[in-house]
Order: sequence, then C-alpha cells, then structure tokens
Amino acid sequence: MLFQQVINGLTLGSVYAIIALGYTMVYGILELINFAHGEIYMLGAYLGIIFLGIFTTMGLTAYSLPLAVFLTVVLAIFFCSAYGFTMEKVAYKPLRNAPRLSPLISAIGVSIFLQNYVMITQGATDRVFPYRFGEKHLHFMNAEVTWLQGSIIAVSAILMISLHMFQKTRMGKAMRATAQDKTMAALVGINVDSIISLTFVIGAGLAAVAGVMVASYYGLVNHFIGYVAGIKAFTAAVLGGIGSIPGAMLGGIILGLIESTGAAYISSEYKDAYAFVILIIILLIKPSGILGRHTEEKV
Amino acid sequence: MRNKRLLVRSLIIASWAAILFLPFKGIRGAAELFLVIAAGIPVFHFLQRGMVLPKHFRSVVSFLRPFFIPVFLIAALAVPFLAGDYYLDVLIMCGIYILLALGLNVIVGFAGLLNLGFAAFYAIGAYIYGLLNTKLGIGFWPCLPVSAAGTACAGLLVAVPALRLRGDYLAIVTLGFGEILRLVLNNWDSVTNGPNGISGIAPPQLAGISLGNLKYFYYLVLAIVLLSVFVIRRVERSRTGRAWIALRENEIAASSIGINVTRYKLYAFAFGSFWAGIAGILFAAKMRFISPESFTFAESVLILSMVILGGTGNIYGAIAGAFLLVLLPEVLREVQLYRMLILGIGLVLLMIFKPEGLLGKNLRKIRQPVED
Repeated sequence: MLFQQVINGLTLGSVYAIIALGYTMVYGILELINFAHGEIYMLGAYLGIIFLGIFTTMGLTAYSLPLAVFLTVVLAIFFCSAYGFTMEKVAYKPLRNAPRLSPLISAIGVSIFLQNYVMITQGATDRVFPYRFGEKHLHFMNAEVTWLQGSIIAVSAILMISLHMFQKTRMGKAMRATAQDKTMAALVGINVDSIISLTFVIGAGLAAVAGVMVASYYGLVNHFIGYVAGIKAFTAAVLGGIGSIPGAMLGGIILGLIESTGAAYISSEYKDAYAFVILIIILLIKPSGILGRHTEEKV
Repeated sequence: MRNKRLLVRSLIIASWAAILFLPFKGIRGAAELFLVIAAGIPVFHFLQRGMVLPKHFRSVVSFLRPFFIPVFLIAALAVPFLAGDYYLDVLIMCGIYILLALGLNVIVGFAGLLNLGFAAFYAIGAYIYGLLNTKLGIGFWPCLPVSAAGTACAGLLVAVPALRLRGDYLAIVTLGFGEILRLVLNNWDSVTNGPNGISGIAPPQLAGISLGNLKYFYYLVLAIVLLSVFVIRRVERSRTGRAWIALRENEIAASSIGINVTRYKLYAFAFGSFWAGIAGILFAAKMRFISPESFTFAESVLILSMVILGGTGNIYGAIAGAFLLVLLPEVLREVQLYRMLILGIGLVLLMIFKPEGLLGKNLRKIRQPVED
C-alpha cells in the first residue's frame, strides 16, 4: 500500500518537477514569477490531444503507436516552445526595466488570455485523450506499476538528466552566468537576450512534455488544469529553493510524494492543502528552500 | 524603403502568429488571422504616425483637477436617483472592490509586501459575519467591528511567521494561506457548510429600517468607502505611512534610520487586512449568501491587478483600478465570451505602455536600484 502510494507520488511528482524547472529557470534569470507557465503546460496537454487525434484519424496511430506518440510530443514541444518564446518577446521583454510588479501583472494577463483563448476555441467542457493506454502493469514489491506510470517517471528522469548535462555545456554555462549577473555576463560576450529566450524555450518545451504526459495519464483535460498545476509546480520550485535546478526536481518529487501519501493516509479532501502546509513549514525553518542558497542582501 | 521594411516585418509577425494559432484554429482560422495582422500592422502604424496628442492636453487636465473630486462626490451622491437597480448593483460591487484594493494597496503599494492571498482576508471578514449572524443571530453593526478586527488579527497571525521571509517567499506563503483557508472553508462542512456556503444572512438594519434595499445599501457602501479613503490618506501621511514608504523603497536604509522594520510590516498587514474584513462583511450583507467560490486565488489576483493597474501606492490609482476592472467586464457583457480574453490582452498592453499603472508616478526616474 505504502509503496503503491510512493509510485503514484513519484509519477505525479516527476510531472510537477518538470513544470517546476520552467519556473525556477526563469526565476533564476529574471527574478520573475512566470504566472503563465502553467498555461503553457495546459496548452501542451491540449496540443497532445489535438495532434494525437489528427494522427488517429489519419490512421497513423493504428499503424504505429510509438511513432504517433513521438510525433505528437515533438509537435507539442515545438508549438509550446514557440508560445514560450513569443510570450517572452511580447509580454516580458518590454518590461525588463519596469517596476518589479509590472511583469507579474503582464504574466497574469497572458495567463488569463491563454486560458480563455483555449476555452473559446476548444470549448469549456473536458476534452478526452484520444487513446487509452492499457492497464497492463508490472508487479513490483507489492505495488502495481502501469507502463504509463513507468514511462512518465522514466521520461522525466531522462529530461532532468539531460537538463543537468545541458548546464555543463557552453550554452548552459552562459545561462548560469546570466542568472548570476546579467551585466557581467553581457560584458564577457554573452548575448543575454538570446539566453533569456532560450530559457523560456527550454522551460516551455519541458512543460509541453509534462502536459502531454498528464493528458495521457488522466485521460481528461480542461482549460483550468494549468492554473492548479502552475501553483503546485511553483510551490515545488520554492520548496526546493527557487532558482536552483536540482532544487526544483527535488521539490517536485517531494510534493508529489506528500500529496499521494497524505491523500491515502490522512484525508483526500485536503489533498491540495498538504503541499502548502509543508511549504510554509519548510520556508519558516529554512527560508531559502531545501537546496536554495541563502543570499545576503547587499547595500 | 521604410515602408517596404514595415511591410516585410508585418508579414513576418503575421505568419508567426498564424503558425502559433494553427493547432487551435485550424488552417482557415490561421489564414484569417494572418490577413488581419498583415493588414492591421501597417494601418495601425500609419494611424499612429498621423495622431498627435493635443498640445494643450496637459494644461487642460491640470485646470480641471480641483473640480474632479467635488464633481465625483456629487455624482456619487446623485446616482441612486438617476440609475436603475442594475447600475446600483454594479456600483456597490465597485465600492466593495475599492475597499479591497485600498486595503491591498496598503500592503503592496505602501509597504511593498507582495500578498497573493488577499481574498483569504476578504473571506474571513465575510465568514465571521455569516457565521455570527446565521448561528447566533447577531446583527450587522455589532459584527462590523468584530469582522474588521478579526480580519486584522488574522492578518497579524499570517504576517508574524511570514515576515521572516523576503519578497517572493512572502508572496507564496500568503498564496498558500489563501488556498489552505479556501480548502478549509470547502471541507469543514459542520461549520461552514462546505461548498454550499452560508445562505440567509440578514441585511443590515439602521434605526429600524432594513438597508437591504439597494439604494440604502449603496449609501452605506459609499459612506464606508469615503471614510476609508479619508482614514487611509491620513495614515499614509502620518509617521506610520512614511515609515512604510521608506521600508518599501529600501529596507536596509529604513532600518538604519531607526524604523522598526518588523513592527511596521505587521502594522501594514493588520491595517490592510482590516479593510478586507470590512469589504467581506459588506459583501456578505449584500449577497446574503457566501460560499468559498467567491474567495479563490483568481479573486486575489483580480484585486492585485486593480492595485497595480491603477498605480501601486496611489490611493486614487487603486480606486480607478477597482472601477475599471469591475466595470470593464460589465461593459463587455455584450461580448460575454471574449471579455476575459480582452481583459488579459488589456493587462499586458497596459503594462507594456504604462508599466507604472494608470495613475502611477514614474518610479523609474526617481528610483535607481542598486545594481547587484
């Protein structure tokens, strides 16, 4: 029973972690809570449904399911990255030097826009994922792990590892340098603007994968999912220490585990509250989050 | 040459937008969007070039300024004799949101503490009256100070632990508090009646007359709003208000000139929440029904948008923001489906063209942040 909950929690947690990465990377560079990030994830889920639906009517799903799923994910990543890129250029870039709360409001505006846009074009009711992945599962230490859960955890792990490796590349180094100090990064020849764009593109791409995975996992999607997932992923990012990439991963997984075990053993009605209770406790003990570095304010 | 470049640019932007919207609108919708944008950008450009702000605009505004408040007051007093119930209803909601925006403006605008869970305090004020009235039969007037003080205490309670945190962490703790409170209201069925909410709340009575009538209630709300504007203005210019602003501008500098940072932050939280409590009790008395539905995170965001839209730290800005965001959806009722869409675009555009808000001072010029 406990192990089953751990597996469920890991599945959920790895999705939170992937979304949280987008928040934490943007925050690390711009110190902006990108409220619209949850909506990108929602768009990813919808894109998954739309494209897989198209492939199903084209007969590709019947011909080769893995190919159809792969193409769906690739297209979802492409479009979400494009949304992330455009969002930054339109709504945040003009506000680089504005008072701190202005980009936040702009982000809220983008979020309201995207939510309602999807509601208008796709309808206000739940959309169903066009393919039900089988209930075939593995028995693993008294727990039943469905193939889908296994693949969600595996894909998330691969994404996190590749992001970690990306941080070591030339571009990754440029990104970290920009996060540390934008002016100095520009002085050593880093194109800060394109690094910021890149951050949004990567974050949105990750959110797209998370969206498609969740849509296939729950089978139902509506235009509100971005808001709830966004809040939770942001909580996960703060829990792990906002700005820190390993922190976001850790925070997401902890959040998922707390939610699933809490829902199973305490009360499922308060499922959404556990995350916040734990968050508040952790912030009071260690205000910079689990893996966040404590930064002294300079005068 | 320049026109050619403009044309190429608008074609690029239009095709990019068409690609982005392709999965959701289909090929036909995307093509329409392409045409609209490709034609729209040059048209907009030429219109903008042709349009120049009237030369004397500024002097006209400054000439009219002293008349603004008296005219506004007379209009506000005369409204019930001129307008129907629908308008009164909308204006009462405006008043309630003005109180909320003013309260949040104290916390966010004066003291510079980002609060993303303000709807929770609004909810506390409403539920205190709802519960006291329906369970114990206590009337509106005794409940008014109880609600306000209770909400202020709740503000303190949240602020005490939260103030150890800075900036965005504080924001997320207030957000968490808001969500937790909403979940408790939703699930604690024996007291709050869960998602079904509390119904049958009594309207206020005054000298034996029920103020349930929209006209009377309008004057009640108007009186409280005017009082709040007066009080908050006085506090803003007092020692406390100046301490808040010093704190907002630079916490370290403020504490180095002897301002007790924690104490003034607590004052800000308590004082801001106080007005949320009053807004809450007014809301409960007007609707006679409350449920957790009315106090979601979206509500907190809406109130915050009012404050920032109007210009953070400016009382009249908060009022203008509240007016605008309550009236705009009503005006756009004709295009019901699209009104939130338009609101979203509007917020983005306003921030791009006037990031300090409608009535905000240009903080960028005054405030040169220390480069970190």
